[in-house]
Amino acid sequence: MKRSVFLGTVAAAGLVAGYAGAGTLDDVKARDQLICGVNIGLTGFGAPDANGNYQGFDVALCKALAAAILKDANKVKYVGTSGETRFTALASGEVDVLIRNSTWTYSRDTDLKFDFAAVNYYDGQGFMVKKELGVSSAKELNGATICIQTGTTTELNLADYFKGNNMTYTPVTIQDDAEGQRQYVAGGCDAYTTDASGLAAIRATLPDRDNHIILPEIVSKEPLGPLVRHGDNNWGDIVRWTFYALVAAEEYGVTSANVEETASSTQNPEVKRLLGVEGDLGAMMGLDKDWAKRAIAASGNYGEIFEANIGAATPIGLARGLNAQWTQGGLLYAPPFR
Amino acid sequence: MSEIHAQTVPFVRETMLPPSAPPRSEAGAVRWLRDNLFSGPMNIALTVLGLMILYVVFQAVLPWLLHSVWNATSLGECREIVARTWGPDASGACWAMIRERWPQYLFGFYPADLYWRPTLAFALLFVALAPVLFSGVPRPLLWFSAVYPMLAFWLLWGGSVWWWVMVIAGLALTYAVFRLAVLRLGAIVAGTLAVVLLAAWSVYAVAPLSGRLDQVIPAAITPVASDRFGGFLLSITIGVTAIGGSLPLGILLALGRRSDMPLVKSLAVGFIEVVRGVPLITVLFTASLLLQYFLPPRVQFDIILRVIIMATLFAAAYIAEVIRGGLAALPRGQYEAADSLGMDYWQAQRLIIMPQALKISIPGIVSSFIGLFKDTTLVAFVALNDPLKGITQIVRSDINWKGIYWEPYVFVGAIFFLICFGMSRYSMYLERRLKRDHR
Repeated sequence: MKRSVFLGTVAAAGLVAGYAGAGTLDDVKARDQLICGVNIGLTGFGAPDANGNYQGFDVALCKALAAAILKDANKVKYVGTSGETRFTALASGEVDVLIRNSTWTYSRDTDLKFDFAAVNYYDGQGFMVKKELGVSSAKELNGATICIQTGTTTELNLADYFKGNNMTYTPVTIQDDAEGQRQYVAGGCDAYTTDASGLAAIRATLPDRDNHIILPEIVSKEPLGPLVRHGDNNWGDIVRWTFYALVAAEEYGVTSANVEETASSTQNPEVKRLLGVEGDLGAMMGLDKDWAKRAIAASGNYGEIFEANIGAATPIGLARGLNAQWTQGGLLYAPPFR
Repeated sequence: MSEIHAQTVPFVRETMLPPSAPPRSEAGAVRWLRDNLFSGPMNIALTVLGLMILYVVFQAVLPWLLHSVWNATSLGECREIVARTWGPDASGACWAMIRERWPQYLFGFYPADLYWRPTLAFALLFVALAPVLFSGVPRPLLWFSAVYPMLAFWLLWGGSVWWWVMVIAGLALTYAVFRLAVLRLGAIVAGTLAVVLLAAWSVYAVAPLSGRLDQVIPAAITPVASDRFGGFLLSITIGVTAIGGSLPLGILLALGRRSDMPLVKSLAVGFIEVVRGVPLITVLFTASLLLQYFLPPRVQFDIILRVIIMATLFAAAYIAEVIRGGLAALPRGQYEAADSLGMDYWQAQRLIIMPQALKISIPGIVSSFIGLFKDTTLVAFVALNDPLKGITQIVRSDINWKGIYWEPYVFVGAIFFLICFGMSRYSMYLERRLKRDHR
């Protein structure tokens, strides 16, 4: 039986291989489904809820993409990827796009042959300590024991930071976030270090959260963003500009609630072009002219997505910080739609 | 004389004295305690040490278990309830998480309205296993056991029933051709013919024929994609399939390793040694990552199927060595007896060698199975939702349950213990039943 299934699969594989080779956009359209690589479980960014439906900040971008391309935000198949499998899943074509809080680094962009389409969240590594430690700056952590995940860039950043400031520390290595949280709460280490967004989520769930502070120093740059394979620039453009459509929508005050109304009433020529009232921007990358309108309607503009999943009103309660619009002192800056 | 006697011996006891009770220090609980726990300085020290360890463990765990909370919607609420009921410093288990998420632990993301399918497949598993495991069950039920794998896969993954009917038809056809050919052409030629036929049938006949039949009589149930599988559904699917597949494969490998044919022997030895020399996690990464590179681009080769195949091959290598141990334990006379009765190789294996070798190997085989079943949790590393790490990670990423640590481990561990303990008890029952020496 097993042999027959195996051979059957190999035969099917051979058949399917014949159709491969067209662009990713054509594949997605032919399949009528976007395959989106997401995190199996990261609070607020991407995780299945109790019913198995993926939710989160990264997931919302998958939905916007599906809405832009396939006219239906639900035509997404989410593939949960672990830290080990994520890049292979993308490189081998198992997923069309990877939106899984992956840091844009030089070697990933060049050596691993990926293209980072944009940065959807500017993160950075921070420290959380108990208040009773009496520390108010990471520079005072000399000699501290620090909980740190092994095999991550955070481990290297930590070493760099302490070396650069002529300080020493004792690492307490942990395997995953849950273990780190337990070690930290149980007093196994003075400070816990990971991405600031993760620290905020952990602090939000501590029973005595007021006794813990996140130190102001951010010791690394972690620009997280969606990435695609090298060699299909049109597909990369679609991911990039769908994201920027959400950013621009926030800048011009277009929300999921008022997108239809704005399209008919707006006088701003840029918004008209964005929403397909004037010109035909969508056609330049193989979509129709309402693509951005649908992307915005799917889960809202960038600000709405942020507030709904990780923003101040949620238990995680992240401030916009670097992820505010450029007009608000942040780094979000959508290039002009023209 | 008699008087004298009567005066000198005034009393003669005619009945035995009833035995008096032993001194209190030599009976009952005191005696038992003295004999077993306090028989000497070393023993006393060990007993005290053991009691201290027990005390420390229970002191830490018992309040936590006694303060369990079953009704809450988040970890924070659990903590609140514990603090309110037992004081601010008390700690308590938050089983409310299991209560809310247990369908996910059992079925992963399998569609909720189709839960009956895996449940039915699981129930039928016992029906199919009964004739294999217990001799008292009617033999015709074995036919059901033979069809069960196909039935279970159909129930789990859904889709058209005709596809599986065609697979069964192919297997039956192959078997018939083999039986016919083996008489005229010999085992090797007939076996090759059967394999070629099966391959040709799988590639060229199954899909078109089942497609045709589907148009005539549609008989399909909702298909469920592999990425919906998770929790114990995934563990048991992988575990049971790999266990079922690895035993026959392991027997063949063990025979191959003891074979006189150099090619067969070196292939079997090579396979066994390579697979046993590589950690399972490497094999799983190969299944999930490397295979993707070898296959043509944009080809989906079901990840669960890949993992099942790799787990089966991995377990088969271990089973082969266990069975080889059983074969080696058989006296040379058994082989010679079979030869002297004029049996050919397969008859001798089937009727004389294997029944004895397998009986000897039962404890080893079952412990390999138990190990394999527990190893299914390693699929978490290839991003499958195993109950221990995968589902737990998903539950913890819910802001309501973030920070929960021991409860999921205790729950999953308890279920694994039940299943593995059951296997272990069955193996002991089997050993007792097959005992032929009367000691």
